Amino acid sequence: MKRRHFLKNMTALGTTSLLVNQSLAETRFPGPPASTTGTRSSYENPQKTLYGQMQTHGLTPLQDLHGIITPSDLHFERHHSGIPDINPEQHYLYIHGLVDKPLKLSINDLKRFPSVSRICFIECAGNCQDYFKKGPETSLQQVAGMTSQSEWTGVRLSTLLRETGLRKNANWLLAEGEDAALLTRSIPVEKAMDDAIIAYAQNGEAIRPEQGYPLRLLLPGWEGSSCVKWLRRLEVGDQPWMTREETVKYTDPLKDGSVRQFSMIMDARSVITAPTYPHQIEKGWHEIRGLAWSGRGKIKKVEVSTDGGSHWLPTQLQGPVLSQAHTRFNIPWQWNGNETLLLSRATDDAGYTQPMVQTLIAARGIGSLRYHNNGVLGWRVKSDGRIYYEIVA
Amino acid sequence: MSVQLCRSAKTALGLVVIIFFFCRPAFADSQEGSSLHEHPESFGLGTSPTEAELAALDTDIRPDGKGLPKGQGSAREGKSIYELKCQQCHGLEGEGGINDKLVGTLKDGIFPFAEKDAPKKTIGNYWPYATTLFDYIRRTMPYTQPGSLTDDETYSLTAYLLYLNKIIPEDRVLNSDTLPAITMPAHHRFKNDNRTRSGQVL
Ligand code: HEC
Repeated sequence: MKRRHFLKNMTALGTTSLLVNQSLAETRFPGPPASTTGTRSSYENPQKTLYGQMQTHGLTPLQDLHGIITPSDLHFERHHSGIPDINPEQHYLYIHGLVDKPLKLSINDLKRFPSVSRICFIECAGNCQDYFKKGPETSLQQVAGMTSQSEWTGVRLSTLLRETGLRKNANWLLAEGEDAALLTRSIPVEKAMDDAIIAYAQNGEAIRPEQGYPLRLLLPGWEGSSCVKWLRRLEVGDQPWMTREETVKYTDPLKDGSVRQFSMIMDARSVITAPTYPHQIEKGWHEIRGLAWSGRGKIKKVEVSTDGGSHWLPTQLQGPVLSQAHTRFNIPWQWNGNETLLLSRATDDAGYTQPMVQTLIAARGIGSLRYHNNGVLGWRVKSDGRIYYEIVA
Repeated sequence: MSVQLCRSAKTALGLVVIIFFFCRPAFADSQEGSSLHEHPESFGLGTSPTEAELAALDTDIRPDGKGLPKGQGSAREGKSIYELKCQQCHGLEGEGGINDKLVGTLKDGIFPFAEKDAPKKTIGNYWPYATTLFDYIRRTMPYTQPGSLTDDETYSLTAYLLYLNKIIPEDRVLNSDTLPAITMPAHHRFKNDNRTRSGQVL
């Protein structure tokens, strides 16, 4: 039966019985029946913020989410030439170059290899690139929404490279996407053999088109741009290719006049997700909540300051605490109604502590913070309870 | 008989416990777990791609020139192609367009990109390899029709943009020999991130 008819009939029945002996206030009506795909409650409307002159970015609404998994349709997007429409039946992964046996693998071939799954974040190296440009009325999404987390499933790249064999000088791989830009990045073979995954699934279903359908290279803990989407080709070579995205872009000019290249690891960062702009809080008890992660390993601790950095309080890490993964932290807080500044900083199990932005500027120079700006973020609590973004430098 | 079954079951259980014990650190450290099963020598999946298939896909170019196609071009030809296919987005002579600024030079020894209000990064002041320019233009430009340029057109456009950036003279003919021989002004500044090895943190 069509859903509309079903509802109409039910309403008609209800009306009849109502006439007999019941008041409308006590009568309940069945809701719609099962559907083939669910949707969000009509009362909930989390959305990505679109950004960029060519609408090349969609930012995750971190302030609206709970737990550690980003719903797939809210995972941030960044692309250089739009989202290609790829028929998986006609899509292959080619592995060639300095290998003994070049391979052409269909999606079905890839699914027949031993599968692995892992939960990890993907963060754009340019996350927080507008740290210094944003005004007080900036949401967490707008300043730091280029990080998201999924469970990724696929086959280990090392399993595939074992099939092809690697020649003696195999030091680098070129990963190429099938978007219109044919985006390319050079990846050290060391990482490929360590924990790289050729992913075909995200949060239990096929990868979303904007996330790389049907195949994505997943390099846990490394900058998002290197996790090449719509992956079609891996060429093995003895040196990096020096593509535009690893020379002109995604490089860090330093104060000493050099340029740091292949800075792939995403350093530890934490962000408070609540309370943040545009929340308004009342006096009394609240829970300060947030996310912390590190490309080097697990989060060991997250500290919060509720007085602009004079004192730092340890927070509770909410399990699971996974390597190279967004980790929840929280701490109860009683707001006394006075204006103050909220900060958070993460430390990972490699012993790295998220720096203040001044420390990063002193070490690298402010112009270098276009990429890899993992400095502490601040949220100003005004005496009326309104929360605003604040540049802490 | 049943006693024996029981006993072997116990032994098996013991083994499982022992295996579990030894595997535990791996399970604890890696989300993917360790594999209980050895992989065969080969899974025998996939096919061998043909040379022609690979040649059609493999268009990448390295700094040493590997991958550069036959063909040639100079700034003179490049100028008219640029005006027709690139200028609407990148502006007259590579400046003042709605998209990336392609031309800009700095005096020798000046490199203010880590400073506040740094100039825009351009081919003339930041790009470390000339080969990257050929690869990127042929791969990704023009933005709305990547893949539409011939190799001669790409050599010509590369030459024109290098000429506008004062890196080569107007009449220099670029081909698979002359392009990789160009040293870009910022080339010597690029260093691999070695923080994990050097112990430097930030
Ligand atoms: C429709 C607009 C458009 C046209 C036409 C166009 N481009 Fe672009 N170009 C762009 C955009 C947008 C980018 C930035 C892309 C990105 O960052 O992903 C870009 C980037 C570039 C870059 C890299 C600049 C840098 O320093 O990173 C070069 C070089 C370039 N274009 C050359 C060309 C050439 C040569 C042509 C003509 C064949 C051309 N473009 C035509 C829009 C255009």
